[in-house]
Amino acid sequence: MKRFIGFVKKEFYHIFRDRRSLFILFGMPIAQIMLFGFAITNEINNVDIAILDHSKDTNTEEIINKISASKYFSINQFIDKESDIETIFKKGKIKAVLNFEKDFSKNLIKDYKANIQIVTDATDPNTANTISNYINAILTQYNKELNNKVAFSYQIVPQTRMVYNPELKSVYMFVPGVMTIILMLVSAMMTSISIAREKELGTMEILLVSPLKPFQVIVGKVFPYIFLSIINAIVIVVLSIFIFKMPVLGSLVLLGLESVLFIITALALGILISTISATQQTAMMISLMGLMLPVILLSGFIFPISSMPLPLQVISNIIPAKWFIIIIKGIMLKGVGIQFIWKETLILVGMTIFFIGISVKKYKIRLE
Amino acid sequence: MSICVANISKSYKNVKALQDISFNVKVGELFGIIGPDGAGKTTLFRILTTLLFADNGRATVSGWDVVSDYKNIRKSVGYMPGRFSLYQDLTVEENLQFFATIFGTTIEENYDLIKDIYVQIEPFKDRRAGKLSGGMKQKLALCCALIHKPKVLFLDEPTTGVDPVSRKEFWEMLKRLQQKNITILVSTPYMDEAALCDRIALIQDGKILEIDTPEAIVKHYPKPIYNVSANNMYKLINSLNAYQYIHSVYPFGEFVHYTDKRAEFNAVELKLYLESKNLSNIRIEKTVATIEDTFMELAK
Repeated sequence: MKRFIGFVKKEFYHIFRDRRSLFILFGMPIAQIMLFGFAITNEINNVDIAILDHSKDTNTEEIINKISASKYFSINQFIDKESDIETIFKKGKIKAVLNFEKDFSKNLIKDYKANIQIVTDATDPNTANTISNYINAILTQYNKELNNKVAFSYQIVPQTRMVYNPELKSVYMFVPGVMTIILMLVSAMMTSISIAREKELGTMEILLVSPLKPFQVIVGKVFPYIFLSIINAIVIVVLSIFIFKMPVLGSLVLLGLESVLFIITALALGILISTISATQQTAMMISLMGLMLPVILLSGFIFPISSMPLPLQVISNIIPAKWFIIIIKGIMLKGVGIQFIWKETLILVGMTIFFIGISVKKYKIRLE
Repeated sequence: MSICVANISKSYKNVKALQDISFNVKVGELFGIIGPDGAGKTTLFRILTTLLFADNGRATVSGWDVVSDYKNIRKSVGYMPGRFSLYQDLTVEENLQFFATIFGTTIEENYDLIKDIYVQIEPFKDRRAGKLSGGMKQKLALCCALIHKPKVLFLDEPTTGVDPVSRKEFWEMLKRLQQKNITILVSTPYMDEAALCDRIALIQDGKILEIDTPEAIVKHYPKPIYNVSANNMYKLINSLNAYQYIHSVYPFGEFVHYTDKRAEFNAVELKLYLESKNLSNIRIEKTVATIEDTFMELAK
């Protein structure tokens, strides 16, 4: 036990004396959560649009007012002719143009029908889609207000309710993802680098010729990172609760335990990586390419798994991050208990045992 | 016997690092493995410290087999690898403390063993190991290898890259450690250090050339050897190489070491020859062979 404590003490010296690893450990989580929380977002806010109003009557004015009153759009300019649409899109500031036909009110009264053209700049297709949906929603709303005066006979009224994230805040989606990335990065990359460093600097040679047992070396390497990763997880949760008002509906204890489980999974992966890499560089490259990219791309963090091609959907199953994201989304947003996520938890436990098993088998007690 | 090596061979891909090596080291002996870079010294050390498997042959350290009893060996030997292998970001004291702890002992417990060495680096005990000079680093590494009172000490080129004064001090320390009944196996490429060992093994290209005491090895040198000097060293060597009776010539400090083919060497004749090659200040004196001469002769 004394040996183990001595070893862990040494590891903490390494971590605290290396500015770079300290920065990765504590700077990165805060920077990432801020970046994802504030800068990267799917929502639209104050999008500049232009109006081309050929009729300039009461109805078009009411619609324009409604649109400019919403926080999603700000009307940036009015144009007079169709040919201007292309010109302003080319300038890049205006993302959409609303084109009211001639005699809008008159047509509405005469034919019960009037036309608006919505032209969007689809260089960014997601945004274009969102803009057009939002404008459509405002128009539907206006339509309904008009029809209140006249009774329609048959009408289907869909009542959409977005549960678990009623305001559709994208930060709710990013927090679980960022937490996953950071725990993965800190745990897997840092441990694999720190074990590879011993090999690279030749200190592993002395550690091998000592009474330290392999598992003492590995657990001693891993222990400080479990501790630091837990601190990181707490920082992320606290930041997301207080800055992004992210709800934690489920049990904090369960969230904590599941996080510890995922940290251990990631550490086991880190050890596995270190057993196959001889230098810090290799360990870092394998961690970044082999872990970070799949975590970002295939875990369902940014791109929904259900819309991936079938082979990728299958591959996504072997990525621990996928299961962890399901677990924390469940706990934080849906408030579910272990009875709903035991399957995912078991998968993570299984993966961890598998990784540790291979690492122990692959851990070299000699130099070759 | 403290170390027994029997018919050890080891190859890497297509390089034969060690070929049929055998030797024994007695308890408390200071045994030197002398050979140039690439001779296989480090491979031999790694096999004996249980870090590598030999392809053939057996070896025991303190009676334990290096393959089956590796755990016992790892507990009871001290190993100082050729490359400085301490934690550069830890201070001198922290390094020593760490190695004491993982061997289940304390600095205080074995302080008398390292005292002579440690007092020299103690003024720098709060300095990071990476910031020490070469000699200091080696002293610290020796302290770390000694802190658990090992029965056998393996030192792989401990003085490579160390200044002459520190080298001398280092060997004095080894002599003192030897008196505490610690078996020491040390490797070095420096022939002058070989004379300080109890026995040495000359090794080249993975083969042992000879094993004996340094005195005996020198005595075995087959020919009388002469110090030759002249005003122009480079010309002197070229001229000697062209001499019809030459056996060998090697530069050795301010002289060259010359041996003759014939049983009866004629100094006057050689002097005349060298003068005919426009060399002046010629001096020819009989001298004794060194280990280096022996090594060169054997390695021929």
